[in-house]
Amino acid sequence: MTASGTAAAADTTAIALRRAAAQDPGRLTLLSRKLGVSGLIASAVLAVFVLSAALAPWIAPYDPDFPDLLSALSGPTSQHLLGADALGRDLLSRLMYGARITLLGPTLVILIATVVGTLLALVAAWNRGRVDTVISWVLDVLFAVPGIVFALIAVAIFGPNLPTVVVGLSIGYIPYVARVVRGAALRERGMPYVQAAWLQGQSGIGISLKQILPNVQPIVVAQAVSSLGFAVIDLAAVSFLGLGVQPPTADLGLMVKSGFDSMLRGQALEAVAAGLAIVLVVWSITVIGDRLASNARSIR
Amino acid sequence: MSAPLLEIEDLHASLVTRYRRLDLLNGVSLTLDRGEALGLVGESGSGKSLTTRAVMRMLAKGFQTSGDIRFEGTSVLGMNREQLRRYRAKDVGIIFQDPRAHVNPVHTVGDFLTEALVREHGVKLDEAERRAVQLLDEVGVRHAERRLRQYPHELSGGLLQRVMIASVLLVEPKLILADEPTTALDVTAQSDVMAILDEQRKARGLSLLFITHDLELANACCDRLAVMYAGEIVEQGAHVYDAPTHPYTKELLGARPSIDERLDRLPVLEYNLELHNEWKARELQERELKGRARA
Repeated sequence: MTASGTAAAADTTAIALRRAAAQDPGRLTLLSRKLGVSGLIASAVLAVFVLSAALAPWIAPYDPDFPDLLSALSGPTSQHLLGADALGRDLLSRLMYGARITLLGPTLVILIATVVGTLLALVAAWNRGRVDTVISWVLDVLFAVPGIVFALIAVAIFGPNLPTVVVGLSIGYIPYVARVVRGAALRERGMPYVQAAWLQGQSGIGISLKQILPNVQPIVVAQAVSSLGFAVIDLAAVSFLGLGVQPPTADLGLMVKSGFDSMLRGQALEAVAAGLAIVLVVWSITVIGDRLASNARSIR
Repeated sequence: MSAPLLEIEDLHASLVTRYRRLDLLNGVSLTLDRGEALGLVGESGSGKSLTTRAVMRMLAKGFQTSGDIRFEGTSVLGMNREQLRRYRAKDVGIIFQDPRAHVNPVHTVGDFLTEALVREHGVKLDEAERRAVQLLDEVGVRHAERRLRQYPHELSGGLLQRVMIASVLLVEPKLILADEPTTALDVTAQSDVMAILDEQRKARGLSLLFITHDLELANACCDRLAVMYAGEIVEQGAHVYDAPTHPYTKELLGARPSIDERLDRLPVLEYNLELHNEWKARELQERELKGRARA
């Protein structure tokens, strides 16, 4: 049943793709032109991580928490392609499962920060004057504090777990989104079409969401993706400090930490593999974010 | 019968800064009846656009205004937020000089046209689209159905201005303000757009306040002309074009180049603020003399 369901899904996807290609023959070419060569490579790298994270329960060779004590600290073998950690858990499987949290956590952070930040920016840009001053002042204060500090404060109050860290970190990312979007929204605010919509009797909320937001949307997306890279590092750092997800859950930051201990016992692979995975994820996100940002700028 | 549709009475608007005070409108008085078209002409900076902006109550915050603007007897300057919003949305439609700048580039023409109908008049979307198509047909936009799915950048300036006119007519306002609606268009598109605006206005019995630099055009499609100079209306009435009495109007009309005459230099207006003040003083004197004679 599952198989037929997937087949049907694949079929509809194929039909949708063909239809898209028929309607707009340049769609895929357009995408590749938008991303450029480096962007395409980065997308491919990111896709590998996303797919292996998403499909981990099906494609991972072992249960990530199963201790095979006999292979503890082994190097790459035919059984364990990347070797095993100090407790004999399969590193490749842990890497796959770890990527889930490493990707999902920052995505949630940026999602929260983008929604809140964009709303704040639109409110500031629409009302201008005193409202804008107060919001900008709050953003400046938030700017002065690194996001990781908010995460640490949240952990200090609510204890170490992923939701706490995510919410705390997202507060730190609000100003990064809000400030850029506020600038763009202020510019759109002054455009004649906004005034025309106002004269048509549209409300401030309606104009902000329906007229201004679609026009600043490329900048919102670009800024969100660019910040995502930083959020990955921050979240990995919090995990590395042992304040995020708790063992035995697999997480790339935690793996670097435990790999740190294994390294002293002669097995460098855990720390290196997890660290390299983080670097690749951040690199690919940053490259894509840069492309999106320069596209958003060239629209202006 | 009742009060005229729009009455502007002794409207003053000044921009006051810490260092100086600019009096931009100095006692503008106008009335506009239902179904009447009034052409507002005058040189750049004479306050034509400012007057229409005042009618929409969209002067910038720093302006100090006095006088009164009444729409169907209610004071526009005294309206509260909701009244003002409804007045702008339903009673008055404004057509701008540059249609491209006043349409949101990310929305389709159809979204732009149906938006106000759906929101303000509670019309169903497909009904709104049907009306939009019909109206686009009436303002001479062909393939109206297809146009609804297009984006503003896919339309030419003249076409977009017709869409603007359609968007204004769709909400069935009582008064249309047209601030140089044809200035940004090329000559052929100009006459088309103007003809459509004029035709639709007459068919629906709407009032029109038409701002332009083009004296012939204003004369052709308006019942009356009002000539502005330095924030005042120097002369108004149906006679202005054919038999001007004010020296500024005379000069303005005399300055139009003629097509069958070759000139080395185009005429220059002699009229200036000094003459203007002299003339005003003289008019005042005459009025006083007349008043005294009557007494």
